[in-house]
Amino acid sequence: MHRAVPLVLVLALAVLGGCALERVQPWERDVLARKSMQLDAYPLDTYLDEHIYSSKETARGGQGVGGGGCGCN
Amino acid sequence: MQLKKTVSIHHALALASCSLLAGVQPARAEGWETSASILYYSEQDRVQAIEPVVRVKKQFSEDEHLAVQVVADALTGASPNGAVPTTTPQTFTSPSGEKTYTTPANEIPLDPTFRDERYALSVEWGRPLGRTLRGIFQGHFSGEHDYKSMGLSATLARDFNTRNTTLTGGLSYNSDEVDPVGGVPVGLSDTTLRQRISGTENKQVLEALLGVTQVLSRTTLLQLNYTFGQDSGYLTDPYKLVSIVDAGGNPVSIVHEKRPEDRARHALYARTLTAFGRDVLNASYRFYWDDWGVNAQTVDLRYRLQFSGGHYLEPQLRYSLQSSAADFYRPYLPQGETVEVVSADYRLATMTTTTFGVKYGIPTRRDGEFALRVGYMVQTGEDQPAGAPGQLASQDLFPDTKAIMVQLNYSLLF
Repeated sequence: MHRAVPLVLVLALAVLGGCALERVQPWERDVLARKSMQLDAYPLDTYLDEHIYSSKETARGGQGVGGGGCGCN
Repeated sequence: MQLKKTVSIHHALALASCSLLAGVQPARAEGWETSASILYYSEQDRVQAIEPVVRVKKQFSEDEHLAVQVVADALTGASPNGAVPTTTPQTFTSPSGEKTYTTPANEIPLDPTFRDERYALSVEWGRPLGRTLRGIFQGHFSGEHDYKSMGLSATLARDFNTRNTTLTGGLSYNSDEVDPVGGVPVGLSDTTLRQRISGTENKQVLEALLGVTQVLSRTTLLQLNYTFGQDSGYLTDPYKLVSIVDAGGNPVSIVHEKRPEDRARHALYARTLTAFGRDVLNASYRFYWDDWGVNAQTVDLRYRLQFSGGHYLEPQLRYSLQSSAADFYRPYLPQGETVEVVSADYRLATMTTTTFGVKYGIPTRRDGEFALRVGYMVQTGEDQPAGAPGQLASQDLFPDTKAIMVQLNYSLLF
C-alpha cells in the first residue's frame, strides 16, 4: 500500500543492528558533539522551513509535535 | 555541575557528554543564547512575506533550559481563489463584500485583497526528569486578524544503551479559532447569495510522536519518527472558491468550498547525519499519508562544506512529490454534479515542490554566527487535466508557483 513502509522497516532494522555494530563510548563522541551534527542545530531555520512548506503543501508532520497553526490562505 | 572526587573517569566522561546525543545541543553549562532571523519570501505575481523571528534561550545547566520565541509575520499580495480561468474577464467580490476585483481573460483568478499580519509567541522549557530521562514542554499562542491558535506540547526522551539509543514520545494539543473576514461562508453556497454564518468556527489538532534516535557510529546518527495527527472541526478554507462549469467549460456559478470536518494524518520520517571529515551530510525522507487520500514523499538533502576558520557553505535540495490528491479535490465541478465536499485549492492537488538553496555561515565573536540562506522554490502540477470541457481544455489550470526566499540569521552567546 505504502511504498515507504519497507524502506522505513529497513532503516529500523539498521537501527536495531546498529546497537550490535558499534557502541560509541562517551569519550568517542568528538564528532557527534559538533554543532553541525545536532539533529536541530538551527531551530529558526527549521521553524521557518516548516512555516513555508506547511503553508504551500498539504502534507506536514514527522519532525515533532505541536508548533501552532496559521490561517495560511 | 559539581562532580564528587570519587566519581570514576568513565562516569565523569559519561556525565560530561550526557547531552551530546540526538536532539540535544552541545553541552553549555549555563548562559544566554540569542538567535534572530529575518525571512523575505516572494512569489512571482503572488504573495510576499517578511517574517522576523527572535529566540532567546537561557541555559540553566547542561540539561535545563528555558527558551522564548517571538515571531512577527507580514503578508501582502495575491492568492489563488480557486476559480478557473476563462476567455473573458471575471469579476469577484472580496470576502468582506466591500470590494470587487477583476481577473483578466485567460489568467488564474487571484484574490488581491489578501493581506495578513501574524504574531506568535512560544515558550519552551527543557529539564531533566531523571538520570536518563528528560522532558521538553512547550506552549504557544499566535494571532492573526482572522485566526487564533494556542497549544501545548510535551516530549519525553529516554536514553539507553550508554546513550547510544534514545526513545522519544510526544503529545500535543492545539485549539484554533477561525473568524473569517465577512463571516463564515456556508459551504457549497453560491457566492452571489453571500450566505454567511455569524460567529467563529473552531478547529482542534491532536498530535502524537514516537521516535528512536540511534548512534550508528562515531560519525553517523539516525533518527526515525512516526507522527500521527487528528484534526477536527472547521478544516475548510473560508476564502477558497470552486467554479461550476457547463459543457463549454464556462462558469455558470461560483460556490464556496467545503472540506470534511475530520482528518487523520500520518508521517514516517527518517533523518541521518553523517560526517565526512569536517563536512556533514544531512539527509531526510518523509512519507506522508492521510484519510483525505493525500500521499506525499519528501526528500531533503543538505551537504555542509566546512572551511577553515569556521566558515561553511551548505547547498540544499528539497523535493516533495504530492503523488495523490485529496479525494475531494476538483479544479472545477461540472454543472449538475452534486457533492458533499469539494475544494479547488491547488495545495490539495497532485503536484511537486522543488527547492534549491544554499546557506553560507560565518562565525562571529563569542561563538556566535552570521548566516545567509537563499532558496528558489517551484511548484508544478497538472496544467491541463484530461477531460477538461470546452474552453478549459486550452487553459492552464495549474500555473507554476515560483518563489524566492532570502533569510539572514544572527546568533550570539553570552
